[in-house]
Amino acid sequence: MSKCNGGKSADCGCNSETSTPVETARRWFLKSAAAFTTIALAPNVTLLAYAQEGGAQQPGQPRGEPVTAQKRWGLLIDLSKCAEGCEACVGACSRENGWKAEGHPRTDAQWIRKVNIKNRKSGVERSLPVMCQHCDSPPCVDVCPTGASFKRADGIVLVDKHICIGCRYCVMACPYQARSFIHEPVEDQKSYAPRGKGTVESCTLCVHRVDAGREPACVEACEAAGHKAMIFGDLNDPASEISQRIAQFPTHQIRADLRLDTGVRYQNL
Amino acid sequence: MKRVIYRELETEPGFWGPLVALVLLVGAGLGSAYYMEHHGHVVTGMDNRIVWGLPHVFAILLIVGASGALNVASVGSVFGIAAYKPMARLSALLAIALLAGGLAILVLDLGRPDRLVVAMTTFNFKSIFAWNVFLYTGFLAITVAYLYVMMERNLGGWTKPVGTVAFIWRLALTTGTGSIFGWLVARDAYNSAVMAPLFIALSLALGTAAFILITSWLLAADGRPFEESVVTRLGRLLGIFAAANLYFAGVQHISALYIAERVPVEDFLLVSGGIYPVLFWGGQVILGGLIPMALVFFAASRSTVLLASVLAIIGAAAQIYVIIIGGQAFPLSMFPGYDVSSNIFDGAIADYTPSLPEAALGLGGIAIALTAVLVAVRVLRILPLQLIGETDAADGNAGTQSSGSQKGRPAAA
Amino acid sequence: MMGAQSYIAGWAYVLLSAMLVSAWLAVPAYAQEGANPAGTRLAMAPKPARGQGDKCVAPTDWMRRNHMSVLTHQRDKTVHDGVRAGPFDLKGCISCHAVTGEDGKAVTVADPKHFCRTCHDYAAVKVDCFECHASRPVEGEQSSQLNTERDLAALADYLKGKSP
Repeated sequence: MSKCNGGKSADCGCNSETSTPVETARRWFLKSAAAFTTIALAPNVTLLAYAQEGGAQQPGQPRGEPVTAQKRWGLLIDLSKCAEGCEACVGACSRENGWKAEGHPRTDAQWIRKVNIKNRKSGVERSLPVMCQHCDSPPCVDVCPTGASFKRADGIVLVDKHICIGCRYCVMACPYQARSFIHEPVEDQKSYAPRGKGTVESCTLCVHRVDAGREPACVEACEAAGHKAMIFGDLNDPASEISQRIAQFPTHQIRADLRLDTGVRYQNL
Repeated sequence: MKRVIYRELETEPGFWGPLVALVLLVGAGLGSAYYMEHHGHVVTGMDNRIVWGLPHVFAILLIVGASGALNVASVGSVFGIAAYKPMARLSALLAIALLAGGLAILVLDLGRPDRLVVAMTTFNFKSIFAWNVFLYTGFLAITVAYLYVMMERNLGGWTKPVGTVAFIWRLALTTGTGSIFGWLVARDAYNSAVMAPLFIALSLALGTAAFILITSWLLAADGRPFEESVVTRLGRLLGIFAAANLYFAGVQHISALYIAERVPVEDFLLVSGGIYPVLFWGGQVILGGLIPMALVFFAASRSTVLLASVLAIIGAAAQIYVIIIGGQAFPLSMFPGYDVSSNIFDGAIADYTPSLPEAALGLGGIAIALTAVLVAVRVLRILPLQLIGETDAADGNAGTQSSGSQKGRPAAA
Repeated sequence: MMGAQSYIAGWAYVLLSAMLVSAWLAVPAYAQEGANPAGTRLAMAPKPARGQGDKCVAPTDWMRRNHMSVLTHQRDKTVHDGVRAGPFDLKGCISCHAVTGEDGKAVTVADPKHFCRTCHDYAAVKVDCFECHASRPVEGEQSSQLNTERDLAALADYLKGKSP
């Protein structure tokens, strides 16, 4: 069995009478693989040691726990209070998140816009802010090839711009024209709202504020302007103001027939 | 019957002129891709309403054409019709080249083309785009294997099995391409199951037409015959596929007209949309469908078939333009029954003017494909000396001869 | 045979000459190493600016080798899970490692003195982050819940509790 000549042969390199070259090679491979794997994993193990785990979120502290599906964030917009010509929400979103008109209205980003509608038969007019509807079955999430367009556990639909390749399929797929592709180089981004050329973006429901326990900028601005047309809250919590209002009065989802179950609802449309 | 002999393209110096011109076009395409990537897409005619423009029209034209171009080989290998077998190698090469050109355009047009590695390693499998990454690259691999077994002396027995896999893969690929549009709920012009078979019919017509034209160009360049019987046979095939294309387009639009929700977009595309009805009726139906059918069925000859092929390609381009651009130009119907307006042109038809960088990128992709064909036909034994002949019983594995240092026309074999 | 031998000999002479010339050219650098560091290879190595505070959130050597994995993991935690705490959040890095320019304000990535650029320019590895992310702490931002002083205090607590 031994091809080694009992370990006396210089060619063999093994130290046992019964080891064959194949077994020796196998041993060497396993040792090297174990060493290699240990070295490769060591930084990650150390990383885990550094990671801040556990603990409920302290008020005023940045969150340390992943979000869960316990909450589902939504917006309710009462159109009887939404004034035509008022763009407080649009301006607030623009200042908060750092997007602005670059002089090219066709290519400029627009996270929220005021849409004016007029009934063709009756002549009734309404003005309403339209932004990403944060659907429960978002078509933009379905079509994204890399998974950059995703729905967070708490219902906010976001673009992970680290893996967005800028294919614009989600812009094609959105039934609300809510997504914008960034057509020009961007400078002076806000530190909490990163955005850059070649990726796609849309309303984030001010996720950086929501994670800190605050309201989206548009809701705050509407309150500050005295209209109070927008309410933000947890749709899963029956005691929240938004849930109570939805339970009390009929509300409307844009393109409800698509059964996307949007997080943004409208009243008095 | 004589055995078919494949020989490298020998035309000299007539080879270098077209090659240099094509390489310059490729350079222009790459340059415009760099320009678009560096300055952002604001330098193109595409915007937030028309996010897919002329480059995508060219890309889909090439990808769908690639799928159809393989059909000539499939008819020979899978369905065993001997008359198509001598053309099988060129058909497979054309499929590879056209697909590569189309993919090049798509990748270079991305907002972040530097993230191609991300696109090839991170997948959301609910997206047809993610599946298409596999379908397109797999098609390239399978067709390369198909070409290899056709050319390798001892592997002729594999031609039918690999060819069958390629045939089925082609159908999946074209279904995937059509479903890019067919699975979008948002837009009235898309969102239809008929998009998949429509694209298959389109691919067959477009691919056959492209094959006829490129084959006739290469054979003429080298002084080889393009036998009239073969041309008219391919022409009849083109006519049948053009008819199928018209059929599916008819089904698509007539069905849509029955849906009240879709009447406005159909009216836009077929009647009142300006350029789109012109392209649809004039380009797709008449130039791309009825005239080629009339030519090949009633007046078939080498010249009429070539003309029919040119018209079929124009019609296919018009069809894809109407689908992609027309579908985006029409506004989303968020509030049926209302007139809608906003500062980002909600409710308004979006106009689109293609820009020079987009055209250069699209033409660059076509040039990539044609360069690949020209070079491959020059260095590999793909182009047959004559199209009528016997290939091996093992299918496609005919006699091969290298040109060696011979110039001039081949002796009768 | 003579031809082949002289061919090999010729190449041997060329190689030997090249080695001697390179050694001659390198002598000054080695000779001066002890005497005058400014004129040596070490002068070319990047010298990133010192960050704020006593030390970084992790040892420098470890950070040098692993900051890319740290960034990759943290970005997924923040974007997908909403976790913004922890010593490795990007804004913390940027605020501690901000480099002040001549005008007294922090420099952006357009300036070669930017912390990330001192090493990345040298290594010729393009930094993609600042296509989208702000490359300096943005003054006067109200909205963010991350407050530099509070976070540095939290960091200090963390470091006192568990040191790497």
